[in-house]
Amino acid sequence: MTIPATLDTRSPSLSPDALALLGRLILIVLIAGALTAVDPGFASVSNLLNMLRQASLLFLVASGLTLVIIGGGLDLSVGSNLTLSACLAAAAIKTTGNPWYGVAVAVTSGTLIGFTNGLMINRLRLPPFLATFGMLWVAQGAAYWFMAGQTIYGMPMSFRYFGTGFFLGVPLPIWITLVVCVVCSIILHRTTFGREAYFMGANQTAALLSGIAVERRRLLLYVLSGLTAGIAALVYLARLNAAEPGIGEPLLLPAIAAVLVGGTSLFGGSGNIVGTVLGAILLTIIVNGLNLLNVAATWHPFVNGAVVLIAILADFIVSRRRSESG
Amino acid sequence: MTAPTQSQQRPGAGQFFSAIPGAGILLILMLALFTIANPRFVSQTNLVNVGLQASLLLMIALPMTLIILTEGLDLSAGALLGLSGVIVAEALLAGWSVFAACAMAFAISTAFGALNGVLIAYLTLPAFVVTLGTMGLMQGIALVMTNGDPVGGFTPAIETFYRSQLWIFPMPIVVAVALYAALWLLLYRTRLGNYVIAIGGNKDALRLAGIRANLVHLAVYVLGSAIVGLSAVLLIGRTNSAHPTVGIGMEFEAIAAVVLGGTSFEKGQGWLFGAVLGALAITVLRNGLNILSVDSSLQVVCIGILLILALLIDRARKHYSR
Repeated sequence: MTIPATLDTRSPSLSPDALALLGRLILIVLIAGALTAVDPGFASVSNLLNMLRQASLLFLVASGLTLVIIGGGLDLSVGSNLTLSACLAAAAIKTTGNPWYGVAVAVTSGTLIGFTNGLMINRLRLPPFLATFGMLWVAQGAAYWFMAGQTIYGMPMSFRYFGTGFFLGVPLPIWITLVVCVVCSIILHRTTFGREAYFMGANQTAALLSGIAVERRRLLLYVLSGLTAGIAALVYLARLNAAEPGIGEPLLLPAIAAVLVGGTSLFGGSGNIVGTVLGAILLTIIVNGLNLLNVAATWHPFVNGAVVLIAILADFIVSRRRSESG
Repeated sequence: MTAPTQSQQRPGAGQFFSAIPGAGILLILMLALFTIANPRFVSQTNLVNVGLQASLLLMIALPMTLIILTEGLDLSAGALLGLSGVIVAEALLAGWSVFAACAMAFAISTAFGALNGVLIAYLTLPAFVVTLGTMGLMQGIALVMTNGDPVGGFTPAIETFYRSQLWIFPMPIVVAVALYAALWLLLYRTRLGNYVIAIGGNKDALRLAGIRANLVHLAVYVLGSAIVGLSAVLLIGRTNSAHPTVGIGMEFEAIAAVVLGGTSFEKGQGWLFGAVLGALAITVLRNGLNILSVDSSLQVVCIGILLILALLIDRARKHYSR
């Protein structure tokens, strides 16, 4: 058996990963340049900031997912976790009038859903995609039941600031993205837990045999994924100023696409969070560009599906080349 | 890495009874509970209704069993059901004959099955992400074709077929039973069936034995999509209209049915009849909750709980029989 090159857990700011990130950055600039040629309005500061804000919402959903995928798992429930957390938080804010109750509710429900995912995978020995796929539908159903066909709208201004406000001229969601990105980077590259996550993703049996408490680490990964989905729910709620049970469902495909496009391998053990930021920006630019070219919104699922397929194909080609040269 | 060798067993009586538990026990419990809660549950009309619903679910759960036996998964089945229905409806509206419309749906479903199969079997990409991607493609095409609206007003022949009976049996149940028989013969009485089970057990060993394992693996996805694509005809016959998003979520119920029935995602361990048990359990649960007027979105939560209960029962049984 050949040892996969991905077992290398040195800080990925080193050459190959840095090159991959640079490649994605160039791709983003090229697409942005092409879109500016079509419509000069694209490059206006307000449109760019608006797009980055959209990208940061997508990134927040994809950030915890990135950690889980690096650790060799998968979380298909991030979208409906966001839905349920946002609906519960909206109800809490509406009934109490205090935004902090909403924050507490969303963070708690997000974390609990992640915790349940981890438990199902650890205790029932379910494959991650199956456990989180079940959770997708259960959380979705719970959200529809809880909302009973209603939409909760009209959040207090102090709360909406998190989604629509500016700090130093930059939208607040972008600041939140920066914080989450830095925290995730520190977790991945500067803690033992992060190194163990890469190790688990690269070779779970070896990780177990080297004495890593795989089940506990895995549980923590899913809890983190749930937590970021809860945080994303708050930012979404603050931005949309409304909660209804359909908000999170269309986010799953773009979130997975953002992680894969960002260079995190679906096979686990390699990738990084900065890649996911770039992946989220790339996907947002594509959707923004489609709107600019007057492509109907009904095309979005098709485009997202195509991007996911292209991304795993690229991932496959890259990882095969690596294992051949390594 | 070498996978442990393991013996391939045909389902004998022993395996039959040891696999019944999870879904079987819960099914009997639910039948008793719902009958006590509301005697109308066992009325003839209601039982026929359960049969009709279960047979539609089975049309997806049976091919899904084959796919899961190969350690795979098809998340695009629900979206394909919607897309195929839309294609049939649009073709009929464009003046095509019923046969031509079905042939068109069959061709497109098979093509998507081939796309899934090539990516999964030949390129060894993970099935759950490949089919998630193709799910997006299918959903997108169905939405673009219909603009998100239901398509109706096509020839009533489809609905007539859905409502027709063979002797005293409603057509959907007849079709589901026929499909079960065909897949049972394929899986347990042909060499191809052995290969399908062997793919989940040890695909490398199959290849080393000189079998074109990738081709068999591909065939499972093509066959699965073809069956799902044709099932769409029954589904649009039920309401006499095709809705682009009608199938979304059906893949979850189908996978839940297969897992409930005791088929595992590992090493090709499972059996075709488990899908029947699982589909009946889910349909009975939904029907019983309907009679108790439980909200349909809450029923999905109940299916999740049922699934976890069945898995817990199976684990406990394995634990104590050891």
